[in-house]
Amino acid sequence: MPAFKISTKEGKNGVELELIEDEGVTSWSSTTPMHVVGKPHPRLEGREKVTGRAQYASDVRLPGQLYARVLRSPHPHARIVSIDTSKAEAAPGVRAVLSRLNVPDMDWFEEGKLFDSTVRYIGDEVAAVAAESEEQADDALHLIEVTYEPLPFAMSDRAALADDAPQIHPDGNVAGEVQEYERGDLATGFRQADVIVEGEFTTQAALHNSLEAHGCTAFWDGDHLTIWASTQAVFVVREQVAEKVGLPQHRVRVIKEHMGGGFGAKQIAWKPDVIASLLSKQAGRPVQLILDRRAENLASGNRNPTRQRVRLGAKRDGTLTAIEAVITQEVGAYRTGGEASNVSGTYKSLYRCANVHTKQTAVYTNTGPAVAFRAPGYVEAAFALEQLMDELAHRLELDPITLRERNYVDHDQETDKPYTLPEGLQLSYDQVAPAFAEMRQERNSGGDAKRRGVGFAAHDWMGGHGDPPGYAQVELNGDGTVNVITGTQDIGSGTRTGLAQVAAEELGLPMEAISLQLGDTAVGPYSPVSSGSATQATIGPAIRAAAADLKRQILDVAAALLETRADRLTIEDGQVLVDGKRPGEVSVAEVAGKIAPHMLRAEGARGPNPDEQIIRTFGAQCAAIEVDTETGEITVQRVVTAHDCGRIVNPTLVDSQIIGGIVQGVGFALTEERITDDARGYVLNPNLENYHVPTVQDIPVIEHRHINVPDSKANSTGAKGIGEPPLIPTAPAIANAVYDAIGVRIHEAPLTRQRVLAALAERNATGEGTR
Amino acid sequence: MSTHAHVPISLSINGSDVALLVEPRRTLLDVLRHDLALTGTKKVCDQGNCGACTVEIDGRAVYSCLTLAVDCTDRQITTIEGISHGNELHPLQEAFIEADGFQCGYCTSGQIMSLHALLGQETSPTEDQIERAVSGNLCRCGAYPNIIKAGQLAASMASGD
Repeated sequence: MPAFKISTKEGKNGVELELIEDEGVTSWSSTTPMHVVGKPHPRLEGREKVTGRAQYASDVRLPGQLYARVLRSPHPHARIVSIDTSKAEAAPGVRAVLSRLNVPDMDWFEEGKLFDSTVRYIGDEVAAVAAESEEQADDALHLIEVTYEPLPFAMSDRAALADDAPQIHPDGNVAGEVQEYERGDLATGFRQADVIVEGEFTTQAALHNSLEAHGCTAFWDGDHLTIWASTQAVFVVREQVAEKVGLPQHRVRVIKEHMGGGFGAKQIAWKPDVIASLLSKQAGRPVQLILDRRAENLASGNRNPTRQRVRLGAKRDGTLTAIEAVITQEVGAYRTGGEASNVSGTYKSLYRCANVHTKQTAVYTNTGPAVAFRAPGYVEAAFALEQLMDELAHRLELDPITLRERNYVDHDQETDKPYTLPEGLQLSYDQVAPAFAEMRQERNSGGDAKRRGVGFAAHDWMGGHGDPPGYAQVELNGDGTVNVITGTQDIGSGTRTGLAQVAAEELGLPMEAISLQLGDTAVGPYSPVSSGSATQATIGPAIRAAAADLKRQILDVAAALLETRADRLTIEDGQVLVDGKRPGEVSVAEVAGKIAPHMLRAEGARGPNPDEQIIRTFGAQCAAIEVDTETGEITVQRVVTAHDCGRIVNPTLVDSQIIGGIVQGVGFALTEERITDDARGYVLNPNLENYHVPTVQDIPVIEHRHINVPDSKANSTGAKGIGEPPLIPTAPAIANAVYDAIGVRIHEAPLTRQRVLAALAERNATGEGTR
Repeated sequence: MSTHAHVPISLSINGSDVALLVEPRRTLLDVLRHDLALTGTKKVCDQGNCGACTVEIDGRAVYSCLTLAVDCTDRQITTIEGISHGNELHPLQEAFIEADGFQCGYCTSGQIMSLHALLGQETSPTEDQIERAVSGNLCRCGAYPNIIKAGQLAASMASGD
């Protein structure tokens, strides 16, 4: 059983309890022999996915199931004068209709409502219909009569902050407190500088475009509500939906067996989760509500666009003396509570600098609400910071890696606490440097119109450390196999497999002896949202703690069976060894069989992260590209990358995460951009026709140089997250390569052909920027 | 019940004949997913941009979201559910597992069906042919390099048989 300590202290709201769980194990070190962890293993759910049998939320088929559609605002900002749903209610096949007429008061998004009297973007929810078929639900939507009183609107940060801007919310268009940070003295820092580089950078609204849209299948049966949701957080959905609909948590069950991508956008309960639940309650039948692609791209989150005015000061030797970043970020029409977009973060931490000032202002606009998107904030900031570092390297005629090494920092400058693995970034530089040097030899060998270039970028990331608490259970079956049960979720990253490897390793069993169950609030114990590259680092140690306890129990039974002391026994490959001698005296299966149907069971909890150290993840990347100066097209040819993600639990899965991150990075760098008609409030490309995610023909050769140094101070497995980091440095590495190729620096992401041609034309007109 | 008249159709899906009454506007994709509960074929964009709904019709890879069910009478339709033999996976399915050709898996059925159609026409495809075959299949997890590897592996497994 997990042990814990509890302490009390006086907080703002009276007595606060602090509960600290003890994992009861010491960390695996770099010299601990490993048999399963660190080895490739195919995904446990592979067979289900390649046969089409894997059940996603959109695949649930229940007897009597209805299909729901949502009526969405056609105006970027309007007051709803009246709604009449009577014709829709009478339409063929319709079984339930919701709008503010029958759900007037459910709070949502700060001061908003589930169905608000004011709509604030094109796509905002107005009403919903459940019918026997999707087509009938669609037909019925057309019969809902809504009278709108259009209001003035603001589609961009500049429009929203203008003096005569329309009020999007009663308290104005600045969302929440302005986040300001200062250390040292900026003016002094710039006075000390021999060189100053600066620029204004913008990054776009990137759309997640998970292939499975947001949505769920919900069945409200008596006083039980079951939701098959496409979510990164079954417990978050359970708690948020239970609160909204007024059911106790144990009457709400959220299941997510598989999901078709999330990338940050599915870490909260969204309106469709509650709309489907209420429709089901009204109809007395299961209701499936899966968004169509347009709704997915209008109303389910996006990466916040940013505008960043950045200034760096440095001595002649490259030492940074000052960093200033003034940032606005567009949060869209509402703050969802899942943004976590810390754009100023990396400016404070990636490089040693005594004088830093950051100011981050979030601004409402009449566009869909922003939500976290894979490394939120850091992707946006790296695009600016790493281009300016490149410019600095050019100005000072320094190698880009040397410049960064001269500003190396081994601790967190905000808290003055050391990093758990301070060499993580240096290891990344060391792994990428040879490839970068080699790639530079080959550059600019293209033809006249085609120019080649090479770029480098580094990154840190505030995540990857794990987010305790999180829990797991293990059970020994009568044949020596083990069930591992946890309430976490596999969002496609391979969590099932990586976690099962931890259990197998600790228990001394082969992978075949482990089954792992997750993604169901009724089955597994609490686990946090799968975001922040946290899951392996949160739940891995919880599973290890549970497995260690189970192993102790197995060895106690084995000791009785062998008439010896348990401390002489170990388990390897399913055999119980005495004093480490092979072959084993007895197998785990035989031990289990001797006591069956008595069952050995154990629980594990993830203890807290260290108090006195900061866990961070790092990486470095270089890219080789070719620019066609006649068409403006950029082709990314090769990307070499290295990342400190601590111990690599499964190299195949880590490689796949890295490939996937870089592919999304190529999209962010070159083509992905929500385009709006700011005069009319429309999104022009809420689809996969004109929002261009990379295809198989757009991707470079991707090479991952493994670091694989366990971060033993971070947690008991030494593994940190890798989901988000690989995307962070890709766009700036590409932008720096573009500069290398054609001598122009493009400050607006993505680097579309249009922007490349415009930059080239400007260079040719002014003669500036030529190398 | 509906204002839209239903029409009778008969389809041959994965070797079985099925008779259905459908609205003329219903796509093959919706017939597969809703009328037949063959949910391995996925709906993503519903307008022919992403390839997640790819099935094989008379040996060719087709976007089922752009195909009306009423146009499929007397044609041989194969879906992801129809390519394995009992419990024995098709070489493409084995190859996708071995090459880690997916993460979330939502595009996987479409990727496999595009390559299934290719292998039906070309037993030893080049890398370029494999790439072209899946160039209409988006993968948001970005598993592309491994999808190419899976195609190559499957081709070598099939020719090795």
